[in-house]
Amino acid sequence: MKPKNQRLVLVVAAIVAVLIAVLLAMWGLKDRASYFYTPADVVAGKAVQGQAMRLGGMVERGSIQRQADGVTIRFVVTDGKARTPVVYRGIVPNLFREGSGAVAEGRLENGTFVADTILAKHDERYMPPQLGNLAAEHKAGKTLER
Amino acid sequence: MIAETGLAALWLAAGLAALQLVLMVLALRSDLEVGRTVRAIAVVQGALTLVAFAMLLLVFARTDLSVALVFENSNVAQPFIYKVAGTWGNHEGSMLLWVAILSVAGAFLAFLSRRTSERTLVAALGAQAALALGFYAFLLIASNPFARLDLNNALFTGALNARGLNPLLQDPGLAFHPPTLYLGYVGLSVAFSLAVGALLTDQVDAQLARAMRPWVLGAWVLLTLGITAGSYWAYYELGWGGYWFWDPVENASLMPWLAATALLHSINVLAARGALKAWTMMLAVIAFSMSMVGTFLVRSGILTSVHAFAIDPERGTFLLALLAIYVGAAFTLFAVRGATLKEGAPFELISRETGLVINNLLLSVVLGIVFLGTLYPLFVEAVSGEKLSVGAPYFNAVAGPLALILAVLVGVGPLLSWRRERRPVFKQLTIPVLLGVTALAITIIVSPSMTILPRLGLTVATYLAAASILPLLRRNPLRAPLATWGMVIAHFGIAVALAGMAMNAAFTSERLAVIKPGETLDVGPWTVLLKDVTPGAGKNWTAVEADLRATRGEKITVLKPQTRYFSNPPTETNEAAIETFWNGQLYTVIGKPDPSGGWQVRLWWKPFVTLIWTGGALIGFGGALALLGRLWRRRRRRSDWRKERYV
Repeated sequence: MKPKNQRLVLVVAAIVAVLIAVLLAMWGLKDRASYFYTPADVVAGKAVQGQAMRLGGMVERGSIQRQADGVTIRFVVTDGKARTPVVYRGIVPNLFREGSGAVAEGRLENGTFVADTILAKHDERYMPPQLGNLAAEHKAGKTLER
Repeated sequence: MIAETGLAALWLAAGLAALQLVLMVLALRSDLEVGRTVRAIAVVQGALTLVAFAMLLLVFARTDLSVALVFENSNVAQPFIYKVAGTWGNHEGSMLLWVAILSVAGAFLAFLSRRTSERTLVAALGAQAALALGFYAFLLIASNPFARLDLNNALFTGALNARGLNPLLQDPGLAFHPPTLYLGYVGLSVAFSLAVGALLTDQVDAQLARAMRPWVLGAWVLLTLGITAGSYWAYYELGWGGYWFWDPVENASLMPWLAATALLHSINVLAARGALKAWTMMLAVIAFSMSMVGTFLVRSGILTSVHAFAIDPERGTFLLALLAIYVGAAFTLFAVRGATLKEGAPFELISRETGLVINNLLLSVVLGIVFLGTLYPLFVEAVSGEKLSVGAPYFNAVAGPLALILAVLVGVGPLLSWRRERRPVFKQLTIPVLLGVTALAITIIVSPSMTILPRLGLTVATYLAAASILPLLRRNPLRAPLATWGMVIAHFGIAVALAGMAMNAAFTSERLAVIKPGETLDVGPWTVLLKDVTPGAGKNWTAVEADLRATRGEKITVLKPQTRYFSNPPTETNEAAIETFWNGQLYTVIGKPDPSGGWQVRLWWKPFVTLIWTGGALIGFGGALALLGRLWRRRRRRSDWRKERYV
């Protein structure tokens, strides 16, 4: 290969590599990104059944029900406007409790959210950003109710 | 006084960095001889940041609560090691550590470098000073670690209660994982500065590559070890039984590693053959840019995880501005100067150069995929306000197959010779390929239900384990250079890690159930008895502890997983109990009590999972060996040269 050609080939190879990366990423992101929905979005029909997604909101007070096998729980996630039932099999994270924020990863099946993972906020200082506004809205809503 | 000394040292260092930058500009515009002065300034600047960091360590070690940072992040009741390690367990402290490493790296460059020309060195030190200056400004203006606690304000807000270190971080891992990773991140700054310096003085040559190589190797080794350690830390600390979560923060450490791996390979082409000049400079710029992107992602609080200590828009904007300035400036310089670089030595299609170019291209594609996947959620949210996350399904499916292709080629590249390959190289690969095919056949017979990626992973791992040692067999292994040994061990490490990942994905068995004391649960070949659950306590926590007795055959293994309750800040953590055997790990977690009197118990049997980190350690060890080999050879060459001169 002549030096001139060599540089050209290298430049073309680099551009092709970047293009391949972008195309592959676009292809992958098209149906593998999991969107974040609130119960209101679910009610509005934004979430597709069976597709991987995240559901975020507050765990409704009094909604956590332990199932007979001891490791499955059912609870309701709410954003103040709508409610979505969730079922989860596993050990819940340590800061998962009623009246506090949680994000569940999983999919919708017949109106129930089947969670693979539950992420709770780590402590008062570590709030998922997606829940940041929600918590404020929730509080504001409550004060209004009163 | 201690805090004020630290702050003063930081201001002085910032002043010196400014001076260093001015001198560099002067030296480049005229032929002013400032080499000695700039070197001296760089060394003093490094020493001053060390003083500043030592002062912060001291403040934390003594738990001086009058310093706001200590007040917010430490606690008298914390064990001493976490008091000290807590220095970098928060935003300001970890940024100070970052800057200290940056300046000390600059000092070492000034002190040790004899290979680059004086002009390039001065230019590189100027670039290093410009980097440092931005981050000094960030510390001094937006996140001063030495600020005193405003008592009136604290009383007013009723926040007078020292908070302590996040319990998830109260683990020996904290003492090593962040500093190691930071050394790697910031070590790449030297490669960046040398590239910028060489582009400024137009001296991109093999000499420069040889000067840059030890820095790249060193930084890469530390990154490798830091990532491996971080992965194991997440594995045992989070209690989810996973070793890599494709969390944006993990990706933030993976991206510089991918870029540094590509750089590490292309720099050899430049050092040995004088080819791939522009390419290597580009990678040097990208590698440290990825470090800065990582720092931005982690430190701006734009992402949430344990790593994001604080959410503060001012800091995020500041970091983003720094990132834009440095990356923008470096790329502009590259665009202006890159095209004028002299052509490197030519090579033919089948040659080691081509092999390394393909390695670089594949690594760049993987880097691009990880980069786009990590930033896509931020991008979408900024544009449309929609919230989404990108996780394992994307990364595994898109980057996984490419990584496998890369692993296949790792076996081929080292067999090729420089410039052109005329020998029938591929014949040498017959045995490795046959071994790989055998492994594939075995997986099909033994486990027909295995998914495709682990199956291919095992095949490629077997092939690569054999292929990676071929470069040593071609000659007398004992006379092979240390750098060759390093390469072989690192490539073998890839095969080991890949085998671990594949076996973990394919053969892990998991059980989750509620059992009462006296009952048993089976997982894999194990029968686990819950003997008892008892309370326990440590210096700043209380716990419930399960007493598990695991049997496989006769021997009994005792495991004691805990759930710990910390009061300050109020948090619970799961302390998994893990027992390592030659053929895998038994991983146990105790969950919540059940009204029936039982306890949630979660068990995993993970065959050969330890190979993942063994492989990572081998890769790092190989790199370290290569670094030693290079440095030692250079020393010997220099002393030979001196001897000749005196004789």
